[in-house]
Amino acid sequence: MTDWHAPRMSMRARRITGDIFYNALMIVLCLMVIYPLVWTFFSAFKTNQQIFSETPLNLKPDPATLENFNRLFDIYDVKLMVFNGLYLSILIPILSMLTSSMAAYALARLEFRGRNVVFLLLISTMMIPGYVTLIPNFAIMVKLRLLNSHMALILRSALSGSATSIFLFRQYFLSIPRDLENAAIIDGCSWRGVFFRIILPNSKPAIATVLILTFRSTWNAFLWPQLVLQDDRLWTWTLALKVLSEFETNQAVLLAGAVISIVPVLVIYLLCQKYFVNSQLSAGFGGT
Amino acid sequence: MQQVHGGASPRAKARRSRPQRLTLKKQEALTGWLFVSPVMIGFLVFTAFSMLYSLYISFTDWNILSDPHMVGWQNYINLFTRDVFFGEYLWNTIYYVLLLVPSVLVISLFFAILLNKTVKGLTSFYRASLFLPCVISTVAIALVWKWLLNSQSGTINGILRMLGVDNPPMWLLDTKWAKFSIVLVRIWQMSGYYMVMFLTGLQTIPSSLYEAARVDGANRFQQLTRITIPMLSPTTFAIVILLVLEAFNIFEAVMIMTEGSLGTSSLMYYVYRLAFSSYRMGYASALAWVLFLIILLFTVARFLLKKDEVM
Repeated sequence: MTDWHAPRMSMRARRITGDIFYNALMIVLCLMVIYPLVWTFFSAFKTNQQIFSETPLNLKPDPATLENFNRLFDIYDVKLMVFNGLYLSILIPILSMLTSSMAAYALARLEFRGRNVVFLLLISTMMIPGYVTLIPNFAIMVKLRLLNSHMALILRSALSGSATSIFLFRQYFLSIPRDLENAAIIDGCSWRGVFFRIILPNSKPAIATVLILTFRSTWNAFLWPQLVLQDDRLWTWTLALKVLSEFETNQAVLLAGAVISIVPVLVIYLLCQKYFVNSQLSAGFGGT
Repeated sequence: MQQVHGGASPRAKARRSRPQRLTLKKQEALTGWLFVSPVMIGFLVFTAFSMLYSLYISFTDWNILSDPHMVGWQNYINLFTRDVFFGEYLWNTIYYVLLLVPSVLVISLFFAILLNKTVKGLTSFYRASLFLPCVISTVAIALVWKWLLNSQSGTINGILRMLGVDNPPMWLLDTKWAKFSIVLVRIWQMSGYYMVMFLTGLQTIPSSLYEAARVDGANRFQQLTRITIPMLSPTTFAIVILLVLEAFNIFEAVMIMTEGSLGTSSLMYYVYRLAFSSYRMGYASALAWVLFLIILLFTVARFLLKKDEVM
């Protein structure tokens, strides 16, 4: 819609100078945004000494060392914690995807008394800040004797099924033509069958978006895990890193820890970028 | 239900003669409830019950170890009359809102306008880079920035010195700069997210408006203020509400970067500390409810004002 041409030059010259100016500006902006991350990746292989004494724009580790990672492996059972994080970040999204897609389908298609009230209640949770329910949720976990178990995380996330996911699924289901379902129902298929055999297999983009969005938030979460998991053998990597930051003074080791925390989400982000952007779009509609 | 009865008496007759139709209707309702039940159970337990429970706790002196005793309005009275921290942290929180909301709004809109072109190779690379910070955990981001903002050998001060600033700020070690440092990190982290929301909004503006404006001789700045910004107002409205919520609830960054020291503590972080460091659950719940009501008031006011604008 916009063009960046400067006035009073030949079309071609205008176009070229405009493009150069635009791209230069964008590259500077992007560098400013991603430089901290690039710096982190390089610095994880530096010695603490080098980080303290270097000039600001020097990226190259000299000497390059794996010492920081070795130290992390000495302090923690890194493999176990990364495994915990990954396993929860895969299991929780799958469960919460199932519960929120089922709810969304009922809200989009099935006629039942109280449907609109249910929809309003579920969407209203978007407006409720987490800290009002944090203390009671913790008390509930104490009562259920679920402290210090992954169930405390799984139960809360899977059953709560975020309002954003429900909204996103509902929008998607509303866009699927009804003919398919009607035909199946006339053929004697149950609603459950329609949902699991016809609707869900045809909703791959929405499923991918919700899975990825929930993967990110589960992998990155530390507040709730920190409250309910005391035993460090249950910790996720993000929680371990948070605790580490409270006592570790060696900056290079902390940066190595940050790299381990960044890599999984980064890989998923680079592979599934369009779904990330999708999710943000729909979340935007949710707000309006 | 009403509509079905009113509009379709022949069908109703048909239904009576064919009992199978009726069970089908019932089946649909049953499946509906079955499908929403997991999420509804979660809602009832973790949201509805929890909200009421937290309201109840806020009128007690509960400390987890002993049984709660009712203390009436005491927690609320203490909060407004005795608590010296409440005022200070309220001011900090307002500082975060006042600084974060406009800066993120302007920066993300600026990014979105720059990127609102037909996607060619480089544009999608730019978009991916600008969005990148908001997929990464606040823990990792806070660690990285704590070091970038290090007063002695941090990258930022290194660059400032190269540019000839002799006494660069101490950032996280200086009461004057600590809050601002946290705002800086949050701007870096959040702008990409809102940029994408603005991009969606921009794509709904018909390009014919710009063509007409150009024919009428409007320059780029006029196009921005007369077309882009007014046409974006629904998007901006949503973004402002989300941003204020987010700025008001600022917490994780404060917790990891300064642990609330040097005048950075927000009210939300105060709730957390009261509850899980001092175990004053009753008092913390009272504060949480006061915050919740403030946010609710803001949101309702925003919606009411918006209605006026539209009419």
